[in-house]
Amino acid sequence: MPAGTLYRGREGMWSWVAHRVTGVLIFFFLFVHVLDTALVRVSPEAYDDVVATYKTPVVNVMEYGLVAAILFHALNGLRVIAVDFWSKGPRYQKQMLWTVVGVWVVLMAGAFYPVLQHTLHTLFGS
Amino acid sequence: MSAETTPAAAGTVDAPYGVDNPAPVIEAPRKRTKKTPKSTRTNFELYGWLFMRLSGIVLVVLVLGHLLIQLVLDGGVSKVGFAFVAGRWASPFWQAWDLIMLWLAMLHGANGLRTVINDYAERDTTRFWLKMLLYTATVFTVLLGSLVIFTFDPNIR
Repeated sequence: MPAGTLYRGREGMWSWVAHRVTGVLIFFFLFVHVLDTALVRVSPEAYDDVVATYKTPVVNVMEYGLVAAILFHALNGLRVIAVDFWSKGPRYQKQMLWTVVGVWVVLMAGAFYPVLQHTLHTLFGS
Repeated sequence: MSAETTPAAAGTVDAPYGVDNPAPVIEAPRKRTKKTPKSTRTNFELYGWLFMRLSGIVLVVLVLGHLLIQLVLDGGVSKVGFAFVAGRWASPFWQAWDLIMLWLAMLHGANGLRTVINDYAERDTTRFWLKMLLYTATVFTVLLGSLVIFTFDPNIR
């Protein structure tokens, strides 16, 4: 990539950048996730061993990050579809991005305890 | 030659083009030649673009549902284990859910990464090998995941 280039910036470009970054991260996780799930064909112990790493505090926090990436990619993807197929989509793309950010913040706040409860219980007791 | 292709310049300014006074032939910009007898252009990119949007809508439901079941409901990640997987895959509904999700997510992700590689890998050979690596990993992952769902055995021990 040529250094020091910046397209238009603002909502349109940065949402496009965030969509790419989250998309690539989710793809790499998906690859690893299919591999770890494949361990159910090896033995119950092998699968439960790898799932134990998903229950450690550090990886549990990374799961919250995964939820964050997937929620943004999903909500912004719906916005991209609206921009492409709704006649007024391009005119309201900025408002739709801030709607995406607002819904994302609410859902992330709601997901905080359910996703991290395993870590909260193990670290601070139930 | 010049009288044939530019009759207007030959002095017949008022004569309209017709059977006896044919208009000059303008060659098509992408006319096929002996070297390129067939068009190599397809609508692949259009279908790829459409697939991203259609699969995206389905994936919003499948993936967010998957996250809700695995990471949010019923104790979050605490209850996930071999017994939990065996319980869910006892139902053809959840087997189909996971199989469709696997295929759509892998193809959606592979097409997304193909776009990213095309955008940022500038050298032809780098681009080619990165995409070969991507396609190999994608085929491997889709086949492995499908095999696991179809051959899952809850009594493996």
